Amino acid sequence: MTFVDHYPKAARIVKANLIVAFVALGIGGFFGLIQALHRTDVFRGFVSSVQYYDVLTGHGVLLGLVFTTFFITGLYQWGVTRTLEREPESSAFSWTWFWMMVGGTTMTATAILGGLVPGSGMSAAVLYTFYPPLQAHPLFYIGAALLIVGSWLAGADWFWTYRKWRADNPDARIPLQTYMVIFTWLMWYLCSLGVALEVVVLLIPWSLGVVEKIDPLLPRTLFWYFGHAVVYFWLLPAYFVWYTILPKLSGGRLFSDPLARIVFIFFLLLSTPIGYHHQYADPGITLVYKMWALIMTLVILLPSLMTAFTVISSMEHGARQRGGSGYFAWMGALPWGQPAFVGCALAGIMFAAGGFSGMINASLNIDMLVHNTAWIPGHFHLTVGTAVALTFMAITYWLLPQLTGKALKFKNLALAQPYTWFIGMTLMSNALHRQGLAGVPRRVAEPQYAGIDYEVPFGTMAEMDWQVAIGGTILFVSMVLFLVVIGGTWWKGAPATDVDDVIPPALSGPEHSPKILDNLTLWMGVAVVLVLIAYSLPLAEMVMDGLFSPGAFPAPM
Amino acid sequence: MHVHRFEKLWIGLSLVLIAAFIGIVLFGFTVMDLKVPGVETGETVDPATVLSEGPFAQPGVRKISDDHYEVYMLAQQFLFRPGSAQPLTLPARTKITFHMTSPDVMHGFEVPGSGLNTTVIPGQVATLTTRFPEAKTYGVLCHQYCGSAHHNMQAEIEVVPPSEFDESNLIAQ
Ligand code: HEM
Ligand SMILES: [Cu+2]
Ligand SMILES: [Cu+2]
Repeated sequence: MTFVDHYPKAARIVKANLIVAFVALGIGGFFGLIQALHRTDVFRGFVSSVQYYDVLTGHGVLLGLVFTTFFITGLYQWGVTRTLEREPESSAFSWTWFWMMVGGTTMTATAILGGLVPGSGMSAAVLYTFYPPLQAHPLFYIGAALLIVGSWLAGADWFWTYRKWRADNPDARIPLQTYMVIFTWLMWYLCSLGVALEVVVLLIPWSLGVVEKIDPLLPRTLFWYFGHAVVYFWLLPAYFVWYTILPKLSGGRLFSDPLARIVFIFFLLLSTPIGYHHQYADPGITLVYKMWALIMTLVILLPSLMTAFTVISSMEHGARQRGGSGYFAWMGALPWGQPAFVGCALAGIMFAAGGFSGMINASLNIDMLVHNTAWIPGHFHLTVGTAVALTFMAITYWLLPQLTGKALKFKNLALAQPYTWFIGMTLMSNALHRQGLAGVPRRVAEPQYAGIDYEVPFGTMAEMDWQVAIGGTILFVSMVLFLVVIGGTWWKGAPATDVDDVIPPALSGPEHSPKILDNLTLWMGVAVVLVLIAYSLPLAEMVMDGLFSPGAFPAPM
Repeated sequence: MHVHRFEKLWIGLSLVLIAAFIGIVLFGFTVMDLKVPGVETGETVDPATVLSEGPFAQPGVRKISDDHYEVYMLAQQFLFRPGSAQPLTLPARTKITFHMTSPDVMHGFEVPGSGLNTTVIPGQVATLTTRFPEAKTYGVLCHQYCGSAHHNMQAEIEVVPPSEFDESNLIAQ
């Protein structure tokens, strides 16, 4: 008896979400391969350099927004159902949000892929940041809005379950997994409000021609109001896995439940008011706000550093339970032959490297040396592209038997997958970082310019190009391995006899922590105040001179 | 609630690291003289009329004093004016203030090897002041995706010794 037997309704919803996530991963990953080969001029036969931007839009949207969101809603549905021990209150409602998100995704994807089909009359090569006045087909924006609203309803579904649970358990502490879901979604409501306003109030009317001109800075600012918090929207579910499942996979238990709660409170409070750090290079945002963003961004390092500590000490505890000893030798006692463990652990290691390059990005003026260069995709393929994506893939190896009742197939391929991802990403990411230091721009189909001789600080340009191309190819192969293992298990997996789905309680449980940690109204209130401090003045200034001015006309791509 | 001794130490070290990065930024501003757009507050302009009215109607180099020139530059689909059709010539070791805007979509302005880096946003004027340390030719590229020929958008800045700087192409104030 496992999850699928106890909660068949929830299991179906979780599986449906994961399927969409993995389809998006497959298409988006193929686009990634095209980019890695095209940019480096190793092979430019897939698409033209004009179509490159359709592909790049598809890659960013399908991986950054679709794969992540659907995986997260699936994972969180599992966590809420499992820890509150309740099926969704209404299947109809759950399927409503799911199909709303799928409908939105289909519209947006149609608009993007239309750009690759000559004569379709549709295109959306605006990249996943869709800064106006570059204008996409209206379907692109309408679909994006539906995806976001659908995710809001998913959250509402979980709050509904939570309230029912609360009525039955008036004095209980919120179980840790549900606690993390709630805090992630409080943050998500707060931040996605920005992009929803951007899309619904400004971009949809403008793309339909209801208003003619648009003020480029206001939507850009609203986008980044959302756009930094969205990285925590990706990351917190990975933390959810690292805190609540990884210790068990290492053979032990989570060190401290209360510290995990404090970390999630930090993220709710600090994720949104720091969006300006994506606008360090913008005119029209004054230095005061850039300095505020700098300081808050560095402060938000703290909960991540605390996470590193807890996760590593929980793994050490697990290793010692398994008989490991010594200062460092205990690491050898970890289950390096278990795909789910290996994926999460390697993801964590890459995240440490990504965190370091992120500190450089955060450093206001140092960032000017790397802003919008290849350094940036180098950085976030370590964070969202590995810490998050590899954790999601790895934990699927552990979740899928619980969701399908089938044993994992192709265990050797599953074990090879995280290692190959790690190798591919080491090659691609180090080279992108170094190219960025030389000034090679990101988001460019052909970053080779007649008049520019990049001064390469370490290595040579040719060597870096090859590392990007080979690394990208290995990553693509690794992703195919993942899809083969998942598809194989799903369709051909043998019924599992005893599925491993137990998570032992933390060494130090919630009963040792003040109840105020569970006060949702309080923390949401503080988060709103911090956002108002950071954003009300600049936004008021941009809105005061007219919502759509200084206005620019829509421009063709 | 019990916090382990090592964890307290770790949090302490983390705070030191955070302080160190704030220190690095201050070092960047003072010793390394790094530029950040938005320090010199630019104004707003109307993208619909910027090509016909005001200083951007005549992009180019203007002289403020013997030691200070300013450049009004347009970034537009898919060229920099001045800079793309012909290299932009500027004197070395002299104070140069760039004012940049765009009449169409967002663009980027990156000069590899110089630390100059800004977003160019329609409606906003990006202002950056620098001194090029030596006579040398710099490439300029657009690093903010701006449309189908984005990857062809580039320019050149030719920095010459101040004594060789030809003032006959300046735009009258
Ligand atoms: C098969 C593995 C992958 C490869 C080979 C790959 C390759 C690339 C390359 C070369 C770029 C830079 C393109 C450019 O700036 O011109 C890029 C951008 C990007 N990648 Fe990936 N990637 C992979 C997986 C992922 C994953 C798993 C994620 C996130 C979950 C991701 C998210 C992104 C995003 C958000 C961008 C930025 C798009 C933009 O600038 O608009 N990638 N990728
Ligand atoms: Cu950010
Ligand atoms: Cu461009």
